Order: sequence, then structure tokens, then C-alpha cells
Amino acid sequence: MANMALTEAVYYILLSLTKPLHGYGIIQNAEKLSGGRVKLAAGTLYGAINSLIEKGWIEALPEDKSSRKKEYVITQAGREILSKEIERLRELLHNGEAILGG
Amino acid sequence: MRKVIHKCFFVWNFDKEEKWLCEMAAKGFVLVGVGFCRYEFEKCDPGEYDVRLQLLNNRPNHPESQHYISFVEETGAEHVGSYCKWVYFRKKTSEGAFELFSDFESRIKQLNRIILMIIFLVAANLYIGMYNLFLLFFYNSELNSFGFVNLALGLIGSFGIWKLLKKRKKLKNDNQIFE
Repeated sequence: MANMALTEAVYYILLSLTKPLHGYGIIQNAEKLSGGRVKLAAGTLYGAINSLIEKGWIEALPEDKSSRKKEYVITQAGREILSKEIERLRELLHNGEAILGG
Repeated sequence: MRKVIHKCFFVWNFDKEEKWLCEMAAKGFVLVGVGFCRYEFEKCDPGEYDVRLQLLNNRPNHPESQHYISFVEETGAEHVGSYCKWVYFRKKTSEGAFELFSDFESRIKQLNRIILMIIFLVAANLYIGMYNLFLLFFYNSELNSFGFVNLALGLIGSFGIWKLLKKRKKLKNDNQIFE
């Protein structure tokens, strides 16, 4: 599993959670970062959040009583995964540009 | 003014059901309630809403389902109603595109959930049907001629599974190339 590529959804979720956000915040942030291209759907995001919590890459913050919305944040393990992925993406980009002349 | 329409969809035609509900919304009738083969609509501006539906893992009143429903509602959608484990959402088109799933993987998972549910029903019906027909033929028990009904239901359900597997295969093929 060490060399597996992250899905685009997971990549943007992890990137968004470098600061604490609730579900809708992640959707808005991913859309903003990608210039409107990535539109995470609620069902897909919900499933991904649960899988990422299970893996220990993100965690839910203790619930604030004043708001019912749960916030999530990236963990140290998640940050490591993210840097590895960025390295992998750099390789893809480098090879693509070197061969096609970007 | 409310309008009630009785209409039945096979479970494996959930996408046709969703399309019909969107067409109703486009015509100015948005879904406000659901029941067994029963849809309740309210007048809206034509094209004001988009409607989506999905099968949950648990009953709608289960805490996990409640958590999921409020998660979806946070994204600007409204929970219209539920029937069995099916939930119906609507969202104003002015608030942007509305989808519940944005990648192949989660769509495949959703199909798997539906397939599993039908397999269970089909297996139960085929079993009861064959058992009753066995009694009918070997013991001449007339009470058990209902076996034909179960058998027919089981066969119709098998056809549904086949249709869903075809849909899943297409998604899986796409998923090998795209994300």
C-alpha cells in the first residue's frame, strides 16, 4: 500500500484539513483550491471522512456544544501521507514535462 | 396545493425514479413526501430544485443515518423524507449542482448495497417458492400454490440483479481508466 496513489477526493480532503474544517467547509475549500473543478459530493465526502478517520489520517475534533457541525483536522500520519503523495505527483509532472516538453 | 402521485419503480430502477423526480421538479412540482409507491409534491418554480435519493446502510432513524442526513443537510440540501432504508433529498438549483456521489468508487459502493439487499430478497423468495412447490407436487397441498408467486418474484428480482451487475460493470470499467 505504501506506493498507492491517493484519490483526488482524498488528496483535497487532506490538504483542506491542514486547518480544522467541517464537512461543508471541506467541499468549499476543495472547490476554491481547484478553481471550481473539484466538486466533492456529500455522500462521497462522508464515506471518505469515515475511512480516513479509521486509517488515523484525520481526526474529529471534540464537538462544540454551540454548533452541531463536527470539525475534522489532519493528523501527523496524514501529513506524512500527504508529503509522500506530493513527491509522487512531482515525479509524474517531471516525467510528463520532460517527455512532452511542458 | 399538494399533489399525490402513485407510481411504482423496481428497486433497480432507482436512477429512473430519480430522473422522474427531477423531471417533476423541472415541471414545477417538488417532492415533499414519500411512501410505498406514493409520492407527494408541492408546487415550486419550474427548475427550482434538484432531487436525489439513495439507499442507506441502516434505517433512517438509526443514529448513523441521522448523522449522515444532517451531514448532507449541512451542504445545503433538505431531507424530504424516507421510505424503508431509502432517503430522498432536494436542493435548490440556485445553490449549485447537486450530487450525492462524485466518484466511481462511491457509486459502485451504493450499487453493491442495493445488489446485496435484492440478493437477500431473491434468495428468500426462491427458497420459499421452491419449498412450497415441492409440497404442492409431492403432497398435493393446495394451500401452497402461492409458491408460484414467490418463484415469480424471485425470478423478477434475479433480472434486477443482472441489470444492476451490468451497471456496476460499466462503472468498474470506467474506474480503471478514470477516477
